[in-house]
Parts: sequence; C-alpha cells; structure tokens
Amino acid sequence: MTTVAELPAGFADKVLSAQSTFRSVMDAMARPGSVHRIAATSGTPAAMMRGTAAIALTLFDHDTPIWLDPLLSETSEIAKWLKFHTSAPVIGDSSICSFAVIGDAGALPALDCFSFGTSEYPDRSTTLILQIESLTEGPAFELQGPGIDGTAVLQGAIRPSDLFERLAVNAGLFPRGIDVVLVHDDTIVAIPRTTRLATKGG
Amino acid sequence: MTAARDASRQVQRKAAMAVLAHADAAAIAGHLGTIAVPAHENLREPENGIVMVRGRIGGDGAPFNLGEATVSRAAVRLASGVVGFGYTLGRDRQKARMIALCDALLQSDEFADAVEANVLAPLRSAMASERDRNAAETAATRVDFYTLVRGEG
Repeated sequence: MTTVAELPAGFADKVLSAQSTFRSVMDAMARPGSVHRIAATSGTPAAMMRGTAAIALTLFDHDTPIWLDPLLSETSEIAKWLKFHTSAPVIGDSSICSFAVIGDAGALPALDCFSFGTSEYPDRSTTLILQIESLTEGPAFELQGPGIDGTAVLQGAIRPSDLFERLAVNAGLFPRGIDVVLVHDDTIVAIPRTTRLATKGG
Repeated sequence: MTAARDASRQVQRKAAMAVLAHADAAAIAGHLGTIAVPAHENLREPENGIVMVRGRIGGDGAPFNLGEATVSRAAVRLASGVVGFGYTLGRDRQKARMIALCDALLQSDEFADAVEANVLAPLRSAMASERDRNAAETAATRVDFYTLVRGEG
C-alpha cells in the first residue's frame, strides 16, 4: 500500500503560485535588503518555513542539486517531499549544489564548502537559503550596491551573526560568488553577490 | 503473507490502470458518481507534461527515440492517508485525477470492492464488447485468398 500520510501537498495552483513566488524572489534580488512577501501557500514539511517551501517548489527541479543542512536532513521527510514535488536530487556534497537550504542558519558551514561558480559560468554558484528568526527585529545593517539607491537598511536577527563578514569574499571573487536569500516565515530578503555591508548598527 | 497480498494488489492496480487509461473520461466520471467517494485532496495537482517514447525494431534492435507524447498525471490522497497515482496519455487533467482517485480507492480495503464492481467491471465489459464489435465488423469483410496451382509440377 502506498501510504504517504505525512507528505504535505504542493501548491494548490501550480502555475500562478510559482509565477508569483518567482516574481517575489526576482524583486527581492533586484532590490537587495528589501523585505518581500511570498503570497503563495503550499503544504510545508515540519522545520521548513512557508517561504522556503514556496521557493523550493518554484525554483528547484531535476537540474538543481539540493543540499540540506543537518537540521533539515535529520529526518528523510524533507528530502522525500522535495523529491516528490520538485524531483530535485538531494545530495550530500555541498560543493556542487545549486541551492543549499539551511534550517539552522547559526550553524552555517564555511562558505568555501559551497560552489562559487566558475569564471566561465558564474551562475553555477550555490544560492543559500537561510531560515532566520526575524526580518523585522534585531540589529540593523546598512547595505549598498547595485539595486540600492544610496543605502538600504536591513533589520533582522541575521544568523550567522558574521554573515556579512563572511560574504565579504564576494567582493574579491566577482563575477563568481554566493547569493543569499534570507527567509522568515513568508517574508524574504535577498543578498545577491554584489551587495556590500556599508555599516553595521547596534 | 503481507508480501503476497501486496503483490496481488499490485496486479490488481496494474489491471485497473490498463482499463482506466484507455477508458473515456466521461465514462469514468459517470461510474465514479455511483459510489460514495470519501474526502480526498490533491497531493499533486493534475498537470500536463511530455514523455519521450522510445522504440526498437525487432527484439534486438537498438533503442531510438520515436517522439514525444503528451501525458497528464495526478496524485490524490484520501483522508485515511492512502495515496493513488494516475497517469494517462493526452491532456485530460481531470481524467488523470479520476484515475488517481480510483487507484487510491482500490488500495483502501473499504472501497476496493465497490470500485471493482461499479467502475472497473462496467468499463471492462464496455471495452470488451467494443473490441468484439470491431472484430466482428472486420471479420465480415474478410476475403479468403488462395493460390491456384500452376501446372508446372
């Protein structure tokens, strides 16, 4: 008997939900540091936030190897869910993954565990999806770079706390580099590889 | 014991799939309407896609890609947690969903007999009679050829 009682459903309306989620992620990438909401709803496996689930259903497919951090790969539930709905391969080697989904952002491995892309194909780098506790309360970070008029202020409980120090490697690597999407519940903020930390508030 | 039961259930599901995939969507809907379908949700929304149809000439020919075919698929989960899958050629998403629903019902002890009796049996007999009718129509036009022996021997 095929019993997958615990497997949550995907998007109710696949096409429109994926389109609106794609739009949110694209807007977030175009305006780094600004908070965007993901309106689409889907079933969500435990330990995965709504925004993460929607991004997974929208962007993951059989061509994008996925790496899950130890928190999310604790049970096989999330891997099964991803496999069923997106048919994306969940792999153990983080250095070749297209997306790394991090449930416990505080324990993010060193960035050089992930792929920075190649000079010929900088797009083949890893995009980190970090689930964090808050995107409204916490220390403020002033960001600057393409897509930001002057500086943008991002406030949130950013984990790991030295995320921007770590992302400073992007400056030297360009056009290679790591893109980050911060997710809290159904809100997202993107930190593409061109965004730099201007000042760090208290 | 359980393995044997699972195996026989697999055979039953395969046979059901063979009937449902070839049946008319309206006919499946009509027969499904006669049974009290329990609460269910779409685990995978019905969707269209394409599959590559591969062929080979003769038993030992090298496989080649014949062309692409449109398929629809769906997955349905009953409230009891049983999941059914439906695949069918063509773009009829509702048909794929109904096939998935039948597949799920077939796997639940409660509804298996009802589906077998009220959905599959009528479809199967309709297909058999259609096949017989075609065969009879074809047989009526049969021409027997024979070769005259030429007087060479």
